[in-house]
Amino acid sequence: MTLESIVLNNLRRRKGRMIFLVLGLLIGVATVVTLISLANALTADVQHKMENYGANILITPRSDDLSLSYGGITLGGVSVDSREIRQADLAKIMTIPNNRNIAAVAPKVLGAVEIGSERVLLMGVEIDKEFQLKKWWSVQGQPLTDDGQIVAGQSAATALGLQVGDQLILRERPFRVSGILNKTGSQDDHLLIASLPVVQQLLGKPGTVSLVEVAALCHDCPVTDMVNQISTALPEVDVSAIQQVVKSRMHALDQFRSFSLAIAGVVILIGALVVFVTMMSAVNERTREIGIFRALGFRRGHVMRLILLESSLLSLVAGILGFLAGMGATRVILPLMSETHVALHWSPLLAVLAVLLALVVGCLASFYPALHASRLDPTEALRAL
Amino acid sequence: MGFISIEQLNKTFTSDADQVVALTDLSVGISEGTFLGVMGPSGSGKSTFLTILGGLSRPTAGRVCVDGIDIYALGGEQLADFRREYLGFVFQSFNLIPYLNALENVMLPLAVKRLSSREKKRMASQVLERVGLLPRAEHLPSQLSGGEQERVAIARALVNAPPLILADEPTGSLDTATSQSIMDLFSELNADGQTIVMVTHNNEIRHYFDRTILLRDGRVAEDSATRPAAAVACAG
Repeated sequence: MTLESIVLNNLRRRKGRMIFLVLGLLIGVATVVTLISLANALTADVQHKMENYGANILITPRSDDLSLSYGGITLGGVSVDSREIRQADLAKIMTIPNNRNIAAVAPKVLGAVEIGSERVLLMGVEIDKEFQLKKWWSVQGQPLTDDGQIVAGQSAATALGLQVGDQLILRERPFRVSGILNKTGSQDDHLLIASLPVVQQLLGKPGTVSLVEVAALCHDCPVTDMVNQISTALPEVDVSAIQQVVKSRMHALDQFRSFSLAIAGVVILIGALVVFVTMMSAVNERTREIGIFRALGFRRGHVMRLILLESSLLSLVAGILGFLAGMGATRVILPLMSETHVALHWSPLLAVLAVLLALVVGCLASFYPALHASRLDPTEALRAL
Repeated sequence: MGFISIEQLNKTFTSDADQVVALTDLSVGISEGTFLGVMGPSGSGKSTFLTILGGLSRPTAGRVCVDGIDIYALGGEQLADFRREYLGFVFQSFNLIPYLNALENVMLPLAVKRLSSREKKRMASQVLERVGLLPRAEHLPSQLSGGEQERVAIARALVNAPPLILADEPTGSLDTATSQSIMDLFSELNADGQTIVMVTHNNEIRHYFDRTILLRDGRVAEDSATRPAAAVACAG
């Protein structure tokens, strides 16, 4: 017989009494777990999408002139100055400290070509990388598969009257139109796209590229770090972040996070209140019992420990069940909030935090009831005496 | 020799505007081994007397010394330690803990002591056997009769081998036959040298006491002791 066994016997033989306490705390913990694991899963989801959908770092030739480009594509057609990026240098990008965060490096060369009376911008791309980076491109017909093919942007195709399967001669070299891009609403609509080595040769720029798009993602480092690292690796070029993409998505997630924390805070507060009310009424109900303990020689400290032991044991149970309930809820909600399949991540850290949260809230909320119990006048408690 | 000395005890209860005087200048000495009955009509202050003697309620004035200890000079937690080591309470309505079985109820005073659980069980079984309830050790209070619950309560008071047993109307809710057997048990304990102070208004059990004090209006109206034990000063 110890204080612990008194508590265990009380809980064992008077089950159901404390169900509200456990339930109140359980709901609080479950909410926190759900919101945190949802936010984590969605962050991972967004990162995954960003890796798949587009570049966020742009590498361009160093230029002291005012920029004549917008969105990564040089305006005004022809003006490709002598300073281009050496393709061989691009290997250095993979030597930066955060190289594992680089999802794709897509170099391209740009130049104007004349077809009849039309001047068109021709872009040479690395076939596999470009189409990997631009998942939103949808192509009528086939994307590029070999050097003899060309893909036309929607506007370019219209202007030139091109159809899928047409033959096109560019600087005396024949190409077959393998596909036409559906309208993207970007400068891509005005382009002709062919494979990088062919275009380099055609434009007389072997071994050089005009710009490089890099998809880099890093949830534990800002994109500016990546930019700085690439700048260090390639000192002779301009490296800039396409900030808006990352920032707006992260901003949305941050808002979700703060909203979640606010909700979680309120729910935990309500949980604490439930614990407080339940423990307080339990103490009042047990006034006589506490009087007996005191008369038998339990110190005030013993009575306090008795109450706090009981609430921490219940909190422990609530914490574990709350974590499981929260993960279960996340599993149900997650598919509704994300169109892609996102894997649910079982985090041991979150489990430990959930149990700790339950213990801290449970003990704090029952501290006053325990103090109240220890201060009961034993003669009041034993009215019979 | 005055094992217990109660000196000039006064107790006044104050509630809002009212002041109720429960005890007035009460002085009693009690020798070791006495079976003292404290009697009197309700409102005579006998229950107050017992709670003060039991270290549960501070007197307004006066001292209570047990075995040379001025108990109300102790701090709150030390007073709890004193109750645990020196006193065994037997309450009127038994006051067993409903969710603990008989053996566990008896072990209750040992719960906060540093003893092995085997030792605690041994001690509790021993006293439970003494009151004749060892076969019912695993029963919850709700499964025991009134007399059996009373015996469990007595065993609980004895488990710590306290020098003093305080009993408050222990026969108050028992029938005559059961009352008798319980009083016989107290008598046996007293015969073995146990000091007992019992508060009762039941005149039928008066003959069990070897000394009787009658309280009236918070004062000693009668004391059967021919030569009351001299009040011995508290040590320290």
